[in-house]
Amino acid sequence: MLVESAASAFQVHASDNVATLLGEAATGAPLEIVGPAGRLDLTAREKIELGHKVALDAIPEGAPVVKFGIVIGIAMRSIEPGEWVHLHNCRSQLDERSGHFDVHTGEPGDNAYA
Amino acid sequence: MPDSAAGQISNRVSDRSWTGYLRPDGRKGIRNHLLVVYTVECASFVAQEIAKDESDTHVIGFPGCYDNDYAIRLMLALATHPNIGGVLAVGLGCEYTQPHRIAEAVRASGRPAESFFIQEHGGTRLSIAHGKELLASLRARAQENAVKVPMTWADLTIGAECGGSDGTSGLAGNPVVGRAFDRLVDRGGSAIFEEVVEMIGLRDLMISRAASPQAAQQLGATYDKMLNYCKAVRQYSVAPGNFAGGLTTIEEKSMGAFAKGGSRPIQGVIRVSERPPHLGLWLLDSVPDEHFMQFGYTNPNDTEGIMDLIAAGAQIVLFITGRGSVIGSAVAPLIKVTGNARTFRNMTEDMDFNAGRVLSGELTMDEAAAELMDLIADVAAGQPSKPERLGHREFFLMYKHQDVPSLEAGCRA
Repeated sequence: MLVESAASAFQVHASDNVATLLGEAATGAPLEIVGPAGRLDLTAREKIELGHKVALDAIPEGAPVVKFGIVIGIAMRSIEPGEWVHLHNCRSQLDERSGHFDVHTGEPGDNAYA
Repeated sequence: MPDSAAGQISNRVSDRSWTGYLRPDGRKGIRNHLLVVYTVECASFVAQEIAKDESDTHVIGFPGCYDNDYAIRLMLALATHPNIGGVLAVGLGCEYTQPHRIAEAVRASGRPAESFFIQEHGGTRLSIAHGKELLASLRARAQENAVKVPMTWADLTIGAECGGSDGTSGLAGNPVVGRAFDRLVDRGGSAIFEEVVEMIGLRDLMISRAASPQAAQQLGATYDKMLNYCKAVRQYSVAPGNFAGGLTTIEEKSMGAFAKGGSRPIQGVIRVSERPPHLGLWLLDSVPDEHFMQFGYTNPNDTEGIMDLIAAGAQIVLFITGRGSVIGSAVAPLIKVTGNARTFRNMTEDMDFNAGRVLSGELTMDEAAAELMDLIADVAAGQPSKPERLGHREFFLMYKHQDVPSLEAGCRA
């Protein structure tokens, strides 16, 4: 059986619980996490694109999502290591429109257009 | 890289010195450019033609016929910038902004300056010829006046701006610039960053970086004004394209932008055309005054932000781009840094520094920052940056209102 080719992801700060993909990762692909905490091995639970984030740890619902060493959002449900972290499971603490954007295109869904 | 090699890089960086130009106000420039200033859009063609084929001559100006205190302050800050040796101000003859007043202010700074109105010099062709003659005389005097002195890090003020950002900017481009800022500040230089509208959610973090209680008060007030501005113009600085590129929240985008401020204490906040009152790291606030928030935009394009940084005295500006950009800047060289290795390859004639090597594991952040510092010293010593080599000298200025005490005081506070 072919093993999915590895992708790397970058962890900015040692306290971050997410890392950013430097290439596209297919479902089941091994991930090499580069950053201040050293190299970690992880498996992508789903397809994750370049520039998007993967969870490094289990993040419980309501817990902070940390990148750059700061809270960039709150987990809307529990997130497993290797999961894609984005608009569908992480919301802003400030932007009231957060939670209304299409997870793939970012298109806002909160305008009536009527 | 083995430790000994990294040590050599940091020693080399701390030892760098080069020759610059001492100005009468004590500041030192890394270039000895001439500047042509037009005082209304109607004079801009003649101004550009005067500067054409003059490799040391840059052009700035204000398009409006009605004058604006903010714009006059910015033009004077650039006309008396340490990289400038002499100034020619050119007007049409009907506008509010007065070329002779600009020339007087420049002469008061100890530089040669001339001015004239196109309507008094026979129109386009004769004005261009007259301007070329004045420029030759200004050049001779600027070279005669030039006092060459040794310069080092403590004599530098560097600005940082980002634009055309992608997922790599917050990961590599901005953090590498932040590390370079730390090194510059540690060596006694000054660093300035801006883009306050991209600090949403970072109020506490900004204040925690304050060098003094006064700086903390300024940072808090600047944040609050910016948030009111964002509400007044009804937008946050994040867009569907950012989401599609992997950024999930405005907090995430903001933190990526804030990374270019490095980690040293912030000494305080300066407004456009103010110089940092002392050495260290400073935040520049380009958000319009509250009374005028729905009237001017804080950062209509990258060039405006770059000019704000140069007006604060930056002799060099670092521009961080992920997707790629092809701008340069008048008055002070722009050094283009990208965190995206693919952009560096695709636009190699425009990109000065590939910070993407940090993401591939080729370099550590500190090694990249040391290498960037070396490049800054090379450019300070006279090596043209990529935009300079290509002849870029973009400039942008529009109406804005800062430091106006009331709506009634209007344009002439």
